Amino acid sequence: MAMGSGLLLIAILLMMTILGWPLLESGRFLALFSTDWNPQGQSYGILPMVMGSLRITLLALLFSLPMSISAACLVELLAPRPLRRLLLITIRFMAGIPTVVYGFVAVFLLVPLMREYIVKGSGFSILTASLVLAVLIAPTMIIFFVNGMQSVPRSYCAAVDSLGARPMQKLVYLLLPQAYPTFLVGIVLGLGRAMGDTLISLMLAGNSVAMPDSIAESGRTLTGHIALVIAADFSSMEFTTIFVCGLTLSLFTIFLVLSIRLLGHFGADRVIKVEAPGKLAHE
Amino acid sequence: MNRITERGLVLFCWIFGLLPLLILSTVIVYLLIRGGSALGLELIFGKVPVLEALLGHRQVFDGLLPALAGTGLLVILALLLAIVPGICGGIYLAEYSSPGERRMLGLLFDIIAGLPSIVIGLAGFAVTILIHRLYPGRFGPCLLLSAMALAFLIVPYLVRSTEASLRAIPPGLRLTGPALGASKLQNIVFVLLPARLNDLIGGIILAIGRAAEDTAVIMLTGAVASAGMVRSVLEQYEALPFYIYYISSQYSDAAELQRGFGAAILLFTLCGLLFLLAFLLEQGISRRLKR
Repeated sequence: MAMGSGLLLIAILLMMTILGWPLLESGRFLALFSTDWNPQGQSYGILPMVMGSLRITLLALLFSLPMSISAACLVELLAPRPLRRLLLITIRFMAGIPTVVYGFVAVFLLVPLMREYIVKGSGFSILTASLVLAVLIAPTMIIFFVNGMQSVPRSYCAAVDSLGARPMQKLVYLLLPQAYPTFLVGIVLGLGRAMGDTLISLMLAGNSVAMPDSIAESGRTLTGHIALVIAADFSSMEFTTIFVCGLTLSLFTIFLVLSIRLLGHFGADRVIKVEAPGKLAHE
Repeated sequence: MNRITERGLVLFCWIFGLLPLLILSTVIVYLLIRGGSALGLELIFGKVPVLEALLGHRQVFDGLLPALAGTGLLVILALLLAIVPGICGGIYLAEYSSPGERRMLGLLFDIIAGLPSIVIGLAGFAVTILIHRLYPGRFGPCLLLSAMALAFLIVPYLVRSTEASLRAIPPGLRLTGPALGASKLQNIVFVLLPARLNDLIGGIILAIGRAAEDTAVIMLTGAVASAGMVRSVLEQYEALPFYIYYISSQYSDAAELQRGFGAAILLFTLCGLLFLLAFLLEQGISRRLKR
């Protein structure tokens, strides 16, 4: 059974490679990484999408980090006891809110605001998408940060408390240095979620294929590209690019999971045990 | 660290830490204000009498019934396909595998769990292309294909939650069965699984939520905007999340938009209820363990 699912994974990768092969063949491979997307002119550079994905993901992470760390501090250190529990439950609930609902609300609430005040033009931009994505990945990261802080041994906490440390001192001098591998794992997972999300960028980023010059412009992600081109003609070369995009995304995932594993080993030498990433899945 | 920096940091934490809650309440309030008026039986059944719609005498064109039915059938099918491999995989990982095996398989499941859902949808779609090349026939994107892709999406969650709940069993309980002469399988089936039943069901419920909300997989494997009521698993179908996505980009009039808001509230409530159910089950367990 377990072997079967392993074979399935390999089968998926193989299938993507086979179907994307016409583009991966020699000569065309390098052209994939050009910025030029022009199906009429037979050039299929997916670099704009790769850059779109990277920009949206990194921006979302940037917006999400202050929020997530602060919320984790509230839950673990600052908030009054009854509020802590309530906060944590709400955040776990937020992790289960359908992505499409976030996207839907943002289209009718955030996009007009962006159009009026911040980005000129349609309001659909990389910035808009990454703001919403930041909210989407925050619960994942908060849960991990809280887990990390909780796994610092009680005796250490008691020692620091008895020395009269204030909450922020405890955070900076004990919790962060002790729990940072878990923090890193949380961040990497947030990154993966942001990169893999389709609906937010599809609904909010505007989806233009031109290489974006600024974050206030419209852009397209790898995931959005797959969703958009799927309706195109089966036999066209344009169509095969989506398998290359799929392959890129899969390889990215494998890379992320492996790096989490390495972080885990790295953390295992220390006092902290890093939770298996799968644990997060059902939070 | 001087006092002023510290005060500043605390203030920063309060402001940014409460931001997620603020956003959550904004979303809820906005949905209710804009879509509250759409709520009602008419949202689901349109202008067709409830009983006739349920019995299938008359088609519902201006309601969410086809989308709801599509999502319901989809989730049930996906769960049926996923539950046996998921639970068995979890049992194997927790009870039978060697440490090396566990590391390898764990890595594998983490990768599968981490694959973007659109990649899984794309894989499902690729299957139809390959089948089409080998046997130019009639197997295209359909409800069954979506269910299979969704099942593949939720199997890793089931495996991981089953494994985690079995691992959490205290050694005392674990050894009681074998001490009384039970075989390993008997121990698992009659002692270990019943002991963590709430946990297992909680995991399954969260997997249901995951399958119900996913949009990327189904938009690639057969969900369409208007297909009417589901008639067969080999046809294209309507689904709630896809309907919401579709409305947001191509609504034609105010009434349709209003239905979109209604659908968003419905999906939100559905996922909220599933979360609540899983949460209560979890609370039940921790209370029992405390006793």
